[in-house]
Amino acid sequence: MSSTAAGSPLARPQAAAVETPLRRFISEFAESRLALFGLGLFLLIVAAALLAPWIAPQNPYDLAQLDIMDGRLEPGSRNGADTFIYWLGTDDQGRDMLSGILYGLRISLSVGAGSAILACLVGASLGMLAAYAGGRTDGLIMRLVDLQLSFPAILAALMILAFLGKGILNVVIALVVVEWAYYARTVRGTALVERRREYIEAAQCLALPTRRIIFRHLLPNCLPPLIVVGTMQVARAIALEATLSFLGLGVPITEPSLGLLIANGYEYMLSGKYWISFYPGIALLVTIVSINLVGDQLRDVLNPRLKK
Amino acid sequence: MTVFLLRRLLQAAAVVLVMSLLVFLGVYAIGDPVEILISPEADQIERERAIQALGLDLPLWQQYLVFLGRALQGDLGLSFVFNEPALRLILDRMPATLELAVGATLVALVIGLPLGLYAGLRPHSPVSKGILAGSILGFSLPTFWVGLMLIMVFAVQLGWLPSTGRGETVTVLGMRWSFLTRDGLAHMVMPTVNLSLFKTSLVIRLTRAGVRETMLMDYVKFARAKGLSPARITFVHVFKNILIPVVTVVGLEFGGTIAFSVVTESVFAWPGMGKLIIDSINVLDRPVMVAYLMIIVLMFITINLVVDITYSLLDPRVRLEGKS
Repeated sequence: MSSTAAGSPLARPQAAAVETPLRRFISEFAESRLALFGLGLFLLIVAAALLAPWIAPQNPYDLAQLDIMDGRLEPGSRNGADTFIYWLGTDDQGRDMLSGILYGLRISLSVGAGSAILACLVGASLGMLAAYAGGRTDGLIMRLVDLQLSFPAILAALMILAFLGKGILNVVIALVVVEWAYYARTVRGTALVERRREYIEAAQCLALPTRRIIFRHLLPNCLPPLIVVGTMQVARAIALEATLSFLGLGVPITEPSLGLLIANGYEYMLSGKYWISFYPGIALLVTIVSINLVGDQLRDVLNPRLKK
Repeated sequence: MTVFLLRRLLQAAAVVLVMSLLVFLGVYAIGDPVEILISPEADQIERERAIQALGLDLPLWQQYLVFLGRALQGDLGLSFVFNEPALRLILDRMPATLELAVGATLVALVIGLPLGLYAGLRPHSPVSKGILAGSILGFSLPTFWVGLMLIMVFAVQLGWLPSTGRGETVTVLGMRWSFLTRDGLAHMVMPTVNLSLFKTSLVIRLTRAGVRETMLMDYVKFARAKGLSPARITFVHVFKNILIPVVTVVGLEFGGTIAFSVVTESVFAWPGMGKLIIDSINVLDRPVMVAYLMIIVLMFITINLVVDITYSLLDPRVRLEGKS
């Protein structure tokens, strides 16, 4: 709580200066320029991914638009029909890399966000159950969490995909299995602290139904740490999906994510045709870094221990 | 202490058992092994004979017991592709992975400790901020892409280092090692650096945080008041104390490094366990997949067990907790 917001009526003469939690959150978040930059960058990337069909020079999935004669052209070359420039070069199929990256971002981002949301639902429910039920249920769930966290994510995901096979849905399932434990641990930790607070006791004294206490009282107060973990996990999920796709176990060739684009360029790397792998990698890197910048600042803003 | 040890050992054995069941079910859930093992031209009688020979006519729980019994004797089946015992295939490739993982751990400590120490001692200098930013980048960079970039720069453009393979090896103690020859070392440089990237960032952050905390301790203030030289305070009083958590985490992370070498080995075509498992998954070589999984599970449980026991030796609270 900053000193200007002490709340005496004289301190805030204009109506616009009324401090709501949301406004305070926004102004605290904006204190870091780096985080704002990260947020801007991320929104730009999301916009580019959403608008891909309209802003990409070609549709990389439409075989009629591809010209095999344009294969492996350097960045800056003109296309065969001389209608546009391949700013980032082309791959072995004559596909414009810029268009490929814009379409690849759609898949990378949706797999990352989708798996994070699902993992959050599963993990948060189990974590809340563990915290509220306690006893044996708690012990069992937390043992599962420990087991999951002691096993490296990449290996667990690899094995699940080996059993399930390729495919976007299977990648999402693998990522959810790998990630739910982080959410569960976070929610349980916060919920255990929160459920001893007075407002929960008050709600229990009012004989509110358990479901209402959990969803309307406990859950909203567990959200801040969950948001922080969620942001970081989206970045992790995107990186993990790219790695799995690079290894040839992730998304199918018909729906190339950034990781698969990088893998496609691998064999041309040794003959000096760097751009097929280089630019998708840059796109991946910028996406992950921008999410991590936002997440870092969110952690600082939402951490009650760092409150002034 | 004996009770504590026994209980931990029992728990570990239980986890191995559960994992073996999961692996068994997982592998058998992905389709009918008959389709893969028996040629489609075989007639009904041949098929049935083969099914009987493989024990596939037994109920699932009996099949599992047979699998478990053989696994306990070190028999995890023959690889479909190489027609060799799966276990031996993996053990053959283990030295390659181990030397990579050990090399990466050493690189992480040699680079990470001094950088972290510097960043912790002078938290506000621009160099420290640069080190910290570098460590954040180390966490964010996708490892496989960094590997590709290393190949592009040092193998393709500059031509300084070989891009793939293990190079020349020497046989010591019946195993082939690369780090004992010049050529092998040259081949090791890039994969090792690549694998150590994440770990180095981790060591930098741990060391930095540890130094910043320790510098505020009373015993450091006392040492300073006593008039000890800054070098002695840093290296004897501070360094020794931060080494404990750093070494613990690096030790725990060793299993993770071996697991992650799957990626590095694929990028640099390093013929270790990781590359073998990726190749096996791609051709659905199940016995090798099962053997790899069981070995990794055993390795993890051993590492965790060793850490637990060491901790209980160092910290009596851990072993007393179970008694109450």
